[in-house]
Amino acid sequence: MSNVGFLAILRRDLLLAIRYRGDLANPLIFFFVVIALIPLGLTPESRELSEIASGMLWIMALLASLLSLDGLFKDDFNDGTLEQIIILPQPLYFMILAKIIVHWMVTGLPLSLLAPILGMMLSLPESGYLPLTFSLLIGTATLSLLGSIGAALTLPLNREGLLLPLIIMPFYMPVLIFGSGTVELAIDGFSIMSPLAIMGSFLALSLLISPYVTACALRLSVQG
Amino acid sequence: MSDTVNFLNNSSFSKILILEDLSFQRNENFLFSNINVSLSSGEILQILGHNGSGKTTLLKLIVSALNLELGKILWQGKNVKNIRESYLENLLFLGHKPGLKGLLSAEENLTWWRSLNKTNSITNSAAFKHVGLNSNKDEPCCYLSAGQLRRAALARLYVSNAKLWVLDEPFASIDKQFSIELKALLISHLDNGGIVLLSTHQNLEIKNMKYISLPYPDKVC
Repeated sequence: MSNVGFLAILRRDLLLAIRYRGDLANPLIFFFVVIALIPLGLTPESRELSEIASGMLWIMALLASLLSLDGLFKDDFNDGTLEQIIILPQPLYFMILAKIIVHWMVTGLPLSLLAPILGMMLSLPESGYLPLTFSLLIGTATLSLLGSIGAALTLPLNREGLLLPLIIMPFYMPVLIFGSGTVELAIDGFSIMSPLAIMGSFLALSLLISPYVTACALRLSVQG
Repeated sequence: MSDTVNFLNNSSFSKILILEDLSFQRNENFLFSNINVSLSSGEILQILGHNGSGKTTLLKLIVSALNLELGKILWQGKNVKNIRESYLENLLFLGHKPGLKGLLSAEENLTWWRSLNKTNSITNSAAFKHVGLNSNKDEPCCYLSAGQLRRAALARLYVSNAKLWVLDEPFASIDKQFSIELKALLISHLDNGGIVLLSTHQNLEIKNMKYISLPYPDKVC
């Protein structure tokens, strides 16, 4: 029974994402524009750029993911679908997990795949391309999972403003540190298996906990 | 414990839904307190009250969209907290907001809803014919008017297999003609042994109708 709700939400949210491509493109455009501005604002010198490239790419990916979190439950909340979902005879955990997976598929996944191209713009050394993609794939999934908690908590507030980033940022920090660290290590010629393993454990942990905590937060939020 | 309750309500097995001492507190004020109702098959309960008296809140408590802290709800003699899933399988709730995705058509919305709830054999197009949306069912819901949205949401009543219907202002923004049809639908649901709880300001005049009236909201803060 648990996968009925999971699949139904997954399919519907993907369909909605395809129908409303503007939302889909927003984080990507943000990511692209900011990265394109860095050489203009800092220095076009490729040697200096390559030193900050991995950190910059990771920070911008994090912000792009954060930017799109706001809408994760908002539409469902406003049109009353969330209420319907909460009282379905299905485990809420899996339905929320489905929503988070779709969020990752439309933000984290394309960001990760696009990152090496933008890395080229920041003259990221070639040896960093694959580690960047891998660390972003794992990292952005963790960000989506953790971010859903904040999105659920700030849901009933109409103008949450900076509250969501404030709640979520402390949880994002370890992901950022290990994410950009992975790329740095790869550029310096070390093995990336251990930082990737640590990031994998972050992902596993948040996969277990986040949907559950988000479910609790959503139940609180609909109390309105 | 629940046995004693059934015994007190004397017609022990016929009462399917029992609300026992439901109260709701917000910011230390009671919105309403000690609501006691019991309903058996074929009965309909109309919740009356002024705007802001807590009709919607009461309905949301009953469908467990809000956490029930004071009082309890018994479904077929069992506390719904313990049988949440089987209770929700028997429940259909139509809230104030229609619960339709604006970017999906009415047809897609209903198909999605169907995939998650127990439904009967009536097809989607038959349901849309009943609610008079046949020509608009493939348009995105964001292009529908308020009345049409309400009709699209009410199409669920035709396909649902749920025994307990909880409807928050189902007559809002629909026209006279469809109101009559909706009332006929409610009656046929009651004749089939269903239970209906609804909040509306209309005078429905259905037999077996029970009423509760929520007190005027306490203005003293």
